[in-house]
Amino acid sequence: MFSFILRKLATVIPTFIGITLVAFALIRMIPGDPIEVMVGERKLDPVMHAAAMQRLGLDQPLHIQYFRYVKDLAQGDLGISLVTREPVTKEFLTLFPATVELAICALLFAVLVGLPAGMIAGLKRGSVFDHGVMGVSMTGFSMPIFWWGLILIMYFSVTLGWTPVSGRIDIEFDIAQRTGFLLIDSWLSGEEGAFKSAAMHLILPTIVLGTIPLAVIARMTRSSMLEVLREDYIRTARAKGLAPTRVVVVHALRNALIPVITVIGLQVGSLLGGAVLTETIYSWPGIGKWLVDSISRRDYPVVQAGILVSATIFIVVNLFVDILYGVVNPRIRSAK
Amino acid sequence: MSLLKIRNLRVEFGSLAHPFPAVDGLDFDIDRGELVGIVGESGSGKSVTMMALMGLIDAPGRVTADELVFDGHDLLKLKPAQRRKIVGKDISMIFQDALTSLNPSYTVGFQIKESLKVHMGLRGAALEKRALELLELVEIPAAKSRLSAYPHQLSGGMNQRVMIAVAIACNPKLLIADEPTTALDVTIQAQIMDLLERLQKEHNMGLIMITHDLAVIAEMAKRICVMYAGQVVEQAPVADLFRAPRHPYTQALLEAIPEHSKGAHRLSALPGIVPGHYDRPKGCLLSPRCRYAQDKCSQERPALLDGVRCYYPLNAEGESTHG
Amino acid sequence: MTTQVQIADVVPSYPSPLKEFWQSFSHNKGAVVALFIFLSVIFCGVFAGWIAPHDPVEQYRDHMLTPPSWAEGGMSTYLLGTDELGRDILSRLIHGARISLFIAFMSVLMSLIPGMVLGLLAAFFPKGAGTVIMRVMDVMLALPGILLAICIITILGPGLINTMIAIAIGTLPSYTRLTRAAAMAEINKEYVTASRVAGAGALRLMFLTVLPNCMAPIIVNATLGFSSAILETAALGFLGLGVQPPTPEWGTMLSAARDYIERAPWVVTMPGVTILVTVLSINLMGDGLRDALDPKLKRAA
Repeated sequence: MFSFILRKLATVIPTFIGITLVAFALIRMIPGDPIEVMVGERKLDPVMHAAAMQRLGLDQPLHIQYFRYVKDLAQGDLGISLVTREPVTKEFLTLFPATVELAICALLFAVLVGLPAGMIAGLKRGSVFDHGVMGVSMTGFSMPIFWWGLILIMYFSVTLGWTPVSGRIDIEFDIAQRTGFLLIDSWLSGEEGAFKSAAMHLILPTIVLGTIPLAVIARMTRSSMLEVLREDYIRTARAKGLAPTRVVVVHALRNALIPVITVIGLQVGSLLGGAVLTETIYSWPGIGKWLVDSISRRDYPVVQAGILVSATIFIVVNLFVDILYGVVNPRIRSAK
Repeated sequence: MSLLKIRNLRVEFGSLAHPFPAVDGLDFDIDRGELVGIVGESGSGKSVTMMALMGLIDAPGRVTADELVFDGHDLLKLKPAQRRKIVGKDISMIFQDALTSLNPSYTVGFQIKESLKVHMGLRGAALEKRALELLELVEIPAAKSRLSAYPHQLSGGMNQRVMIAVAIACNPKLLIADEPTTALDVTIQAQIMDLLERLQKEHNMGLIMITHDLAVIAEMAKRICVMYAGQVVEQAPVADLFRAPRHPYTQALLEAIPEHSKGAHRLSALPGIVPGHYDRPKGCLLSPRCRYAQDKCSQERPALLDGVRCYYPLNAEGESTHG
Repeated sequence: MTTQVQIADVVPSYPSPLKEFWQSFSHNKGAVVALFIFLSVIFCGVFAGWIAPHDPVEQYRDHMLTPPSWAEGGMSTYLLGTDELGRDILSRLIHGARISLFIAFMSVLMSLIPGMVLGLLAAFFPKGAGTVIMRVMDVMLALPGILLAICIITILGPGLINTMIAIAIGTLPSYTRLTRAAAMAEINKEYVTASRVAGAGALRLMFLTVLPNCMAPIIVNATLGFSSAILETAALGFLGLGVQPPTPEWGTMLSAARDYIERAPWVVTMPGVTILVTVLSINLMGDGLRDALDPKLKRAA
């Protein structure tokens, strides 16, 4: 078991190194003078130019620069933002919890709705429910989510006035940041209406961000269910005279859920990408919006850091899913 | 009274306008303690018959029969819940590929104990004891440790023994074995066949052995049914069948056994293939391939008379009796 | 004794492969409807210049933010209304079809062909080229689609061509992986060994022997890739990183529309519905395609 985890870790390391190389190279590939790019100003006079070059270590050979970059990374230094002049790491840590909160809620939404829907659709193949689930999931899958977000605002916030238009919480509330998760913090603060406000602000972004994962999970669960139900061991279970409920819950479910776990893990990628769009629409103060704003503001150290962090999150989650898959599927665990 | 009585069983697939009869008017009987072999090629309908008996045929398949009686119960009239009390307990089935027929996510012990829990209501120590007993009965060495093994950790032969243990857990009156040894090595084949024979005798079970290999069944069965394209074409006691086959198809099957071609230049084979969905003949289903076919054969379907479905059954010398 | 063995001529009436394919495809009514819709979109794209009632970039200053013709204040000259700069939305949508389809098609082509080649190379030379290729693909796959596209746009700058390149690079790893997996499954089969023994060289083996048998999952994935390319193009356009105004790309149309949710909702709904319907039709077709191809493969096996 332990060796299995170690083996999986080992495969991930080269990829991670590759990512750092890409992030490192990113800034240097932007057209224009790298010094000007990195300092954020045009037309520096020669003295300042030389000083900046030395300060940033750009007069060193490339591999030295790379090692310096990695060393900084290891110490948690992601550079300085060109716009705010603050350390990127500090800004990042402030904004990150907002994205995580949104992502977790969206994933929960997708799993809690999509999984049962897919299962039942698979069991009742060809029924109205099945076609309904497939139709809805197909639509969700084909929708541009930024438009979906706008439509929801248009209908629920503007026309019906049920949900707020943007932000994480009503402006009048000033909640102390303890965990960074507003749902928890507002609950802890005890201020009246704070929790409700935070929750209401979460609803629309959660639905929007969770739509595509929901569609994918529902479809995957359904097809996995259908495949498992065709297997020989289901025939054996029925030949044993077991009740249909037992056949499904005990024999089919366990095996059907295995591939779904991988899919759920892979949705993190969709969540990261979707967060960029969702946060932009709902002015949600997370790293997605931060990344997009930085690009238009040419705040390259932020972009570089954002790419690196997103990729790292993605790799870590995939690794976790791989290991989980091995735990759940006895064949992978004991093989080799 | 026979343990199992089937009359005019018909299993259809496909559209109602253009159905495909996988089983086309089958009659079958078996008594307690009898060992009957069902022989036929792929596509002859032998497995489908047994699946229909067990209630395992789903829509869009349609099962109809004039009679389908097991141990006094009319299976056609039983509600699903009642049928489930019989299936898995009094009638059991084992399948060809043991590895895929066992659930990969559960231990062998769990799968054996399941039938015992559901049908016999065993719990705790009694359950454990019986499960162990069963593994020993099927001659699995180191039975105790095997209970916590997963199917993919055991060999093909062992898995098949596990399947047999699962099937006989509740002392069934009838055991159906669908090609249990086809996927196994020859030496293991012999062991499994011996095991099945022994268990059958010890528990006085009816045993239906489905196979496409005549040689395998020759030693064990008392009676053999030969199936072709969804129908029984010949039924006879084993010795009679081998000594003097009466249906041309049976004759062809026997001729096709390599041992019978000693000294010949080429192995004997029946030309053509089993009729499928689109090419079922109007008359006798074998007529396109039968070397003795007459005009009458390709016009009308013969009925099963005196154990053989042929207008001109072969005589004792193996010659055709057509005029 | 042995009479002539006469095998009676029972002529089976098997349907031809194309007819069989159409039979299974048309069984799925949704897929057929989707096909029609998609063909209409293609029609719009190809004949945009002739069908569109107005020039897509012309601004009718006197008629800014006109509602659609069926709503109050609408005019029949602007069937779907005008946007904030007075441009006819219907014409912009029709021309937008051309742009989206073009970008999607090119990006799929640009990632499919190198992807297949790389995948085949990785499958045939697993030890050397294979490991390198797959490691590089792993790195590329570590960045989810939008982020990778954003990365590339950062370097190359926004615009139509760069959008195409960004999307193509983003989907390259999945075609590589897919082709490699399919090829590796085929390589171990006996017909490949037979060809090899018969003296077929590596190139012939790769492209003529193995590749045709891997095409089914690749085709299905390509349809999916086509629809996701349209969505990505729109997303990048929306973020201001893709096709730039005044070029009428559907997503770009939506980015300016955000401010008009209350005043002029049609500016928001129209482009979005168009994207939805187009992508939905492609996905439904893809589903129908896969259902029609898969069971056929299973039957042939």
